Amino acid sequence: MDILGTVIRLALRGLMAYKARSLLTMLGIIIGIGAVIVMISVGRGANASIQKQISDLGANMLMVYSGSTKKGGVKGGHGSKPTLRVADAQAIARECPAVAEVTHITLRSSQVVAGEKNWNTTVYGTTASYPVVRDWRMEQGEFLTNQHMRSAANVAVLGATVVKNLFSPGEPALGGKIRINNVPFTVIGVLASKGSDPHGRDQDDTLFVPYTTFSRKLHGRRLPGVVNVIALSARSKRLVPEAKREVEELLRQKHRIAPGAEDDFSVRALDEYAQMADKTMDIMTILLTSVAAISLVVGGIGIMNIMLVSVTERTREIGIRMAVGARERDVLVQFLTEAMTMSVLGGVLGTLLGVGAAKAVGWATGWMSPIDVDAILLATLFSAGVGVFFGYYPARQASRMDLIEALRYE
Amino acid sequence: MDAPVIRFAGVSRTYPMEGELVEALRGIDLEIEQGELMAIMGPSGSGKSTMMHIAGLLDTLSRGRYELEGEDVSSLSKNQRADIRNRRIGFIFQSFNLLARCSALENVELPMLYHRPGVAERRERAMAALEAVGMADRAQHLPRQLSGGQQQRVAVARALVNRPALILADEPTGNLDTRTGREIIRLLSSLHQQGITVVLVTHDPEVGRAMRRRIFLRDGLLERDEAA
Ligand SMILES: Nc1ncnc2c1ncn2[C@@H]1O[C@H](COP(=O)(O)OP(=O)(O)OP(=O)(O)O)[C@@H](O)[C@H]1O
Ligand SMILES: [Mg+2]
Repeated sequence: MDILGTVIRLALRGLMAYKARSLLTMLGIIIGIGAVIVMISVGRGANASIQKQISDLGANMLMVYSGSTKKGGVKGGHGSKPTLRVADAQAIARECPAVAEVTHITLRSSQVVAGEKNWNTTVYGTTASYPVVRDWRMEQGEFLTNQHMRSAANVAVLGATVVKNLFSPGEPALGGKIRINNVPFTVIGVLASKGSDPHGRDQDDTLFVPYTTFSRKLHGRRLPGVVNVIALSARSKRLVPEAKREVEELLRQKHRIAPGAEDDFSVRALDEYAQMADKTMDIMTILLTSVAAISLVVGGIGIMNIMLVSVTERTREIGIRMAVGARERDVLVQFLTEAMTMSVLGGVLGTLLGVGAAKAVGWATGWMSPIDVDAILLATLFSAGVGVFFGYYPARQASRMDLIEALRYE
Repeated sequence: MDAPVIRFAGVSRTYPMEGELVEALRGIDLEIEQGELMAIMGPSGSGKSTMMHIAGLLDTLSRGRYELEGEDVSSLSKNQRADIRNRRIGFIFQSFNLLARCSALENVELPMLYHRPGVAERRERAMAALEAVGMADRAQHLPRQLSGGQQQRVAVARALVNRPALILADEPTGNLDTRTGREIIRLLSSLHQQGITVVLVTHDPEVGRAMRRRIFLRDGLLERDEAA
């Protein structure tokens, strides 16, 4: 071990003797490793923030839309044909064992007035289980209850953005009177803020009323019993595909869709979005791995070049070492160690640079950019590998040198 | 009676040179006994350095046989020769051949890097060797901070440090003024008094006369062998 220590010490001294040259040689490795560290941690940070947004939409959630998406494009897309009904949601709740909670939504953009202020927002007619499915907590008051459904009560629950736009700061929203399309409502709850969804839409810009009230008093008279979306949660993450299958089977039966015919609805699991994000991440990983590989190769060639120069310059030193008893292997190890010292040092500097830059990016974007110990270890290992691979040829040249020739070299 | 330290039988060395063969040594027969103090003399180009390099296993022979302490070393592998150079022979060059970036102490430690005693013992033995050549107070100096004579003393310490039975010195005083040269010769003679076999190449007849035995080379042949 102390032999290795001595060899490394000598290698460092050799590098210090030619500071500028060594630094320039290491630059390829520094940039390569630095870039990889930055991209890995920024990429992970971005992915983590997307995954968090998705899970904020509701754990284990599935959405049922009316109309098929299987042929996409030509048809109007989700919700273009009014095929989903309240009865479908109730049947799912009754008959699908993998499903935990079911709710449904009918929505419409409406003008809302409170005193002097007014605001245009999306009004949702929904059921009592909506916050359970969406995994959404209350800030104040309570959500709609089954009692409200039965009596079609004029009560409303507000999202944070709506509260901000209808009530002055300090003015209590709870118990406040508002008018939706001129129909009076009492505010019975305010939801906790949820922020933007993965598409960047403000999820807090909403207002909830009982679906019965919605269809009888606000908008529903044209198509009674029809809903825009059924949202449901599976009993566990593992049961999401099972729940999807059960719901599809049940709805095909209820809608009397012949075998082989096209569904008039579509079921989407939220984790499909998560998988899409993961796929994007995978592509990015491949891209950055190739960038890293290229810069490491370029850096490695730089090291090989400098080591070849160094071996020639130090021919006499090699001769002296051999004269006092250095074997081929000793010389080989010495020059390999120097190449490795250079590449590992480059790797360490690159890592420091990368960590610094990743912190800066994380600070600027607000993403948590986890600095991964694995990535750092891997980077170090890789740079050591580059040193060995590209240092081997020059080191072998050194070790095969003819002793007498080397001693005569001026 | 022990085997001679060096025994040459018909040792020849040819170098390829621009398509021709240069015959540096043309069949040398020679025995050097243990504890001898011997000078090799002769005009420039007569093959003195070639003979020293072969004796020191720095170079190989083209024909003939070389026995070191009774053991045939004519056709050893590169690594075997490195081991023998390391443990049994100390070589001193005209141009000192110290590593420029290493201190005197580190230069003396160099042979032990390839012999592997522990770090503490290495330091201790290197210091003792520097002590023996009167250079202990300069242990941390770099070669360029030392005079020629001092550098050659460090080189002698390096040759000594693995306690070889044989020390070979190729014109050790060639780069030194006469007075400093004499000091180095005195140092080598004192090693001989401690029982080490010392062979040196010199151009200085006075140095030659101070040795127990002198041999003279000419054109790659042993011309004369005289004992004092
Ligand atoms: N490596 C080599 N390649 C080619 N020729 C060589 C080599 N080494 C020695 N020679 C030749 O061999 C001959 C003997 O050389 P050597 O160096 O042994 O002489 P020397 O007696 O040491 O001379 P000097 O007193 O000048 O040092 C010379 O003609 C020299 O040119
Ligand atoms: Mg010579």
